[in-house]
Amino acid sequence: MAISSERLLERVNALLGELVADSACAYDEVEIEVAPENLYAAMQQLRDAESLQFEQLLDIAGVDYAAYGQDEWTTDEASNTGFSRGVDGFSTGRLGLTGIYGVQEVTSNTARRFAAVYHLLSVTNNLRLRVRCFAADDDMPMLDSVMPIWASANWQEREAFDLYGILFEGHPDLRRILTDYGFVGHPFRKDFPLIGNVEVRYDETKGRVVYEPVSIEPRVLVPRVIRDDNRYADPAAAEEPKNG
Amino acid sequence: MAEINSYTVNFGPQHPAAHGVLRLVLEMEGEVVRRADPHIGLLHRATEKLAETKPYNQSIGYMDRLDYVSMMCNEHAYVLAIEKLLGVTPPERAQYIRVMFDEITRILNHLLWIGAHGLDVGAMTVFLYAFKEREELMDCYEAVSGARMHATYYRPGGVYRDLPATMPKYRSSEFRSEKNLKQMNEDREGNMLDFIEGFCSRFLVTVDEIETLLTDNRIWKQRLVDVAIVSPERALQLGFTGPMLRGSGVEWDLRRKRPYEVYDRMEFDIPVGTNGDCYDRYLIRMEELRQSVRIIRQCVSWLRRNDGPVMIQDHKVAPPSREEMKDDMESLIHHFKLFTEGYCPPAGEVYASIEAPKGEFGAYIVSDGANKPYRLKLRAPGFAHMAAMDELAKGHMLADVVTIMGTLDIVFGEVDR
Repeated sequence: MAISSERLLERVNALLGELVADSACAYDEVEIEVAPENLYAAMQQLRDAESLQFEQLLDIAGVDYAAYGQDEWTTDEASNTGFSRGVDGFSTGRLGLTGIYGVQEVTSNTARRFAAVYHLLSVTNNLRLRVRCFAADDDMPMLDSVMPIWASANWQEREAFDLYGILFEGHPDLRRILTDYGFVGHPFRKDFPLIGNVEVRYDETKGRVVYEPVSIEPRVLVPRVIRDDNRYADPAAAEEPKNG
Repeated sequence: MAEINSYTVNFGPQHPAAHGVLRLVLEMEGEVVRRADPHIGLLHRATEKLAETKPYNQSIGYMDRLDYVSMMCNEHAYVLAIEKLLGVTPPERAQYIRVMFDEITRILNHLLWIGAHGLDVGAMTVFLYAFKEREELMDCYEAVSGARMHATYYRPGGVYRDLPATMPKYRSSEFRSEKNLKQMNEDREGNMLDFIEGFCSRFLVTVDEIETLLTDNRIWKQRLVDVAIVSPERALQLGFTGPMLRGSGVEWDLRRKRPYEVYDRMEFDIPVGTNGDCYDRYLIRMEELRQSVRIIRQCVSWLRRNDGPVMIQDHKVAPPSREEMKDDMESLIHHFKLFTEGYCPPAGEVYASIEAPKGEFGAYIVSDGANKPYRLKLRAPGFAHMAAMDELAKGHMLADVVTIMGTLDIVFGEVDR
């Protein structure tokens, strides 16, 4: 039977000690954060320690935190502008659009922009752990490859590189994996437009497929809204009558 | 004539045994594979990025299109993650319905797998047997959701609607005699649970029939036994889950180890292999078909005895009924807000996974408190399995590559996402 998440966190803390930069227990899941320079050592210990034995790396998820917490629709006060303020706005989803949409520089979450999130599983002890590691440099995010520890990291790191441009030092074959041959950019970054930068079509006169800048405009159908719904944060507060 | 030591074969992207769109670059030495380099991504649709731009509920339909032969299982993982984030639990009846449809989906998936695997390796008949049965299960999908494949049936807080009271029937046409029609509709006279129960007893016979065709078949064994052997240590290293991991002798099944919904109340066995070759994995999947039938029967008997809601009544998450909406102002507002804006779960990160037919299918959601996920990462079992292609195919003959592709149970919808 699996142990509780608090017990697991205790064990992880006891094992890694100083290497754990931050930790959280929420939703019955345990998450720790390690600094990029400690990543490899921490991962090695997590796999080999008798008390944990995370012998499987299930997944590596790249995350771009550049637009974290930004919304397109303010809810604090009433306004007389309508739906269009969400649709035409120049914010999340269209953050720092490049190419034909002009350039808006990404300044949010500096040095905490790109992260790789590792999902570990211990089959022997029936444990799960999430390890997050932020890359230090936004312009050239780089982390150590964990391929020597888990063979399954191979394609997962290639994917994170392809979609987010996170470089994995020590990876023997860091090629693009999901995008097209000759693709430019890292499509899952928040400053990459959803509809892309180029479109392809067959040109009859040239007799080949040509790439052109996209002709459609980015459009958001449902604006992004963040509501401070306190009913989740504090169940007792939800019982009280709302004022105003 | 010049001496040729090695050459390269391009397998796919258009090849019937490539199970979709896979370009496999094979470095051959004679007929022996020296290196296999799968080029994936030809079906990449950026599902995860699309989900970032839509309210939570609008992405459920995308999940069906990931692993498009085990549709509801994908929905299940995604919906579970949202429910975890919101802190809601679906009613008991909805949980039983979900378990039942998860197992129906498992049968759907394994049937397609055995059909395609058989076809790849040279057994034509199995394909026809398997697809005949699949058709009946797809009718169940259709009866419950209106769509044969891409159901969008699971919703945060339950399932879209309760099981129908009647099973749709075949209609008369000039191509069918009355006698024929009556025979075809024989199982469809009762409600949906009757139909599923009837299917279960019929289906066990079909599984036996398929096994008769294959299990002791000399050609089948020659093609499968001792091909692509994976040791348990390697299987863990490579991130295998599901039948691929159990085939190597590791007893790991999320339905048992981390039970979700009502799996802890179900009785079933977990088949485990001993050799870790293609033949073991075949046997495991065949046994899983029988075990799925066992689980479905338990669900059917529970669902017969217990009635109740299939969706939570919290209208911040689940829409109110049409009738309520028509004469209650509050319900109308809830309905409007839910469908124009959706709900805003609290900020946080969750990972929920289920035992999909192919292995562990997980959804990792990063939420910043908005009505859309900040980041959605889907853990597709096929991705890890496909990544092992090089290791598995190395040293095997070209013909074995097809067997290995079959045993991996690859669907490119989930590998490429």
